[in-house]
Amino acid sequence: MPILELRAITKRYPGVVALHDVSFGIEAGEVHALVGENGAGKSTLVKMLAGAIRPDAGTILYEERPVVFWEPQDAIRVGISTIHQELHLAPHLTAGENIFLGRYPRTRRGTIDWPRLYREAEIVVARLGIALDVHRKVQQLSIAQRQIVEIAKALVFESKILILDEPSAVLGRQDLHLLFGVLNALKEQGTTILYISHRLDEIFEIADRVTVLRDGRHVGTHSIRDITVVGLMQMMTGRSLEELWPARRHEIGEVVLEVRNLRRGNAFRDVSLQVRAGEIVGLAGKVGSGRTEVARTIFGADPLDGGEIRVFGRSVSINSPNDAVRCGIGLVPEDRKTQGLLLNRPLRENISLANLGRFIRGGFIRVGQEARAVRDLVRMLNIRATGLSQLVQYLSGGNQQKAVLAKWLNSECRIFIFDEPTRGIDVGAKVELYGLMERLAAEGRAILMISSEISEILGMADRIIVMKAGAIAGMLTRHEATENRLAFEALIEG
Amino acid sequence: MKEDLLPPDPPTLAPLLTSRAPSGARIMERYGLLAVFALLIAVAAFLSPVFLRPANLLNVLRQISITGTIALGMTFVIITAGIDLSVGSVVALVTVFAASFQRLGLVPVILMGLSIGAGVGLINGVGIALGHISPLIMTLAMMYMGRGLAFMYSEGLPIYGIRPAFIQFGNGFTAGVPNSVLYFAVLLLLSIILLNFTASGRYVLAIGSNEEAARLAGVRVRRVKILVYLISGILAGFAGLIYTGQLGIGVALAGQGYELNAIAAVVIGGTSLFGGQGSVFGTFLGAAIVGVTNNLLNLIGIDPLVQDFVKGLIILAAVLLNRKRS
Repeated sequence: MPILELRAITKRYPGVVALHDVSFGIEAGEVHALVGENGAGKSTLVKMLAGAIRPDAGTILYEERPVVFWEPQDAIRVGISTIHQELHLAPHLTAGENIFLGRYPRTRRGTIDWPRLYREAEIVVARLGIALDVHRKVQQLSIAQRQIVEIAKALVFESKILILDEPSAVLGRQDLHLLFGVLNALKEQGTTILYISHRLDEIFEIADRVTVLRDGRHVGTHSIRDITVVGLMQMMTGRSLEELWPARRHEIGEVVLEVRNLRRGNAFRDVSLQVRAGEIVGLAGKVGSGRTEVARTIFGADPLDGGEIRVFGRSVSINSPNDAVRCGIGLVPEDRKTQGLLLNRPLRENISLANLGRFIRGGFIRVGQEARAVRDLVRMLNIRATGLSQLVQYLSGGNQQKAVLAKWLNSECRIFIFDEPTRGIDVGAKVELYGLMERLAAEGRAILMISSEISEILGMADRIIVMKAGAIAGMLTRHEATENRLAFEALIEG
Repeated sequence: MKEDLLPPDPPTLAPLLTSRAPSGARIMERYGLLAVFALLIAVAAFLSPVFLRPANLLNVLRQISITGTIALGMTFVIITAGIDLSVGSVVALVTVFAASFQRLGLVPVILMGLSIGAGVGLINGVGIALGHISPLIMTLAMMYMGRGLAFMYSEGLPIYGIRPAFIQFGNGFTAGVPNSVLYFAVLLLLSIILLNFTASGRYVLAIGSNEEAARLAGVRVRRVKILVYLISGILAGFAGLIYTGQLGIGVALAGQGYELNAIAAVVIGGTSLFGGQGSVFGTFLGAAIVGVTNNLLNLIGIDPLVQDFVKGLIILAAVLLNRKRS
């Protein structure tokens, strides 16, 4: 018997149908995942269940009775709490105060009963199965701990259904497991959880069932046991398997990038690896295993303490990103907004930045030549923008990432380092990026790809290097990793 | 997989690329201020029959040429999200040295003045780019040190008796146009070219927009930062030379508050103090709006004591206008 059921829900906005005839049910006590690309209608649905908006047509049944939420308080009152991406906590107050914010227990004289508040806060937190000092100020807590405070706050309302809107978007993998522990504890106590995400790997760790939305329509609801990551991606994008991972056309050639005994402080030591022309090497490992640090050091963004970097067989000294760029290395960094893009500058300037020299004659930039070259790249990568002067901050995540890639294509670099190339972009754009990476490899460029998504590593890499605690823990071919997937995952996690 | 897959998405629309079309925001940015300026000119012409006379217009330009020259350098600094408070002190330092070394002849003294500016700018740039001192603190320190040095050197006394060659350099006319206006026009043009059509200009914008991203694209951030403070120092040094010629005096009190006048012109011109966005021509308009307003107040016989108050109003109005646009 579903605790919550949507029947033929439709929501229109001017010019767009956000939800079209969507029907599905959420069973009491399950963890139900809701996935879909940007624009699929997830946020609209969440807003509806949180009481922020109302459907134009259709019915919401809660415990088999039709309900209408006129305002957020209505949803909370019947027992539906929503944890939004932006947390609503007072940073200067303690965790305990935040949990009871606005509902402080009182003494008989009307003052706040602090001992009781903290006692009860501890009880609530204990129900979540984690250790958290409720006397600490929220600003001193990690993002994951803050989310847990929000969840604890919801528990005070005796919520029967907890909706989490993309909680993982702001969490590292370690923190994610902390959150999952809490969700499992809640599930055992009978709370129903609706979990929204576009990271597919994690859906399989936490969800019992999954509902897929695409373009505002309900594509399907399945038990997690009946479906695979790739199957989900297909449902989300509407593409077939052949269209998901690019056909491999690249041929592996000579060694282009070689690193010997690279070492840097406490970050990593004794790292040796090779990347050949036309080869995609995956660098796997947990966050903090030293993957990103190795990439940054090869690129000259962080200083190295020892070891040798060879490019095309020649030993090179790379002390700054400028040196790396001159050696033909390009880095597509982990966080495109803070490291990859000039957000308030036009697309054209972003793309030409790493190799302006190409367009300079007699000391001056030939603006026409620049615009032509940039326009070609924008067409080639299918970057959707209103024009070359559009500020990159107004592009979607996928198009922003393609702009970073275009920058390195303009600089004609031979070695690409991708750090989490598809983080935070929707599946359709992911597929496009995979196709572009394959194309780069087919053109004989060497690619080193860091990724936390196992399916991505297995889908793209020819060889996989696993890092653990600052050292290389193993190297295997894609075939070996696919055949022994469990052992491979254990190598990463263990 | 038992669910049926919907047909694949229709092909995406080809990216809509208009050839070299500036965005609407940019048009507003440039022409919005220009419209305000045109309106001001129209009002001035209406209120005072004298205003549009060439002699008066040249006089306005002459009055803004010193602040304007300094503001050109300040524009580059502010686009990198920095600030240069030392420029007024550079003016003072240059006037006292120029006045006391004028026996060496015009050209050596010009070179000396520019070197003093370059020296102060270099120290600022090195302290900020290599020493990681915040621009505000670094240039504040240089502001006091520079002026202190000017006082120490001149022993607090004005140096009079500037030779005719210097007066001609700073205050003379060429083909009926004040020399200082000609210098400013040339420097304005060079600055526009530097910011918009050279790699260095692009790097200045890139650093102001996102320093780390610029560094990771191979931009030599430290070098570019030193360059902008160097430019600012040299232009302030040049402004000091003009000052010496125009006022016929070398004095440690010269150029007080010029740094703030320059910042005002830059801000009114629409350059963002947060960096990454700005225009040299905007700075010219900023300086011109202040200059025209002061001139107009004079012409219609309003007490010059209200000038500062009005300047404050203009800054506030400009900031509000900018916010409305973005």
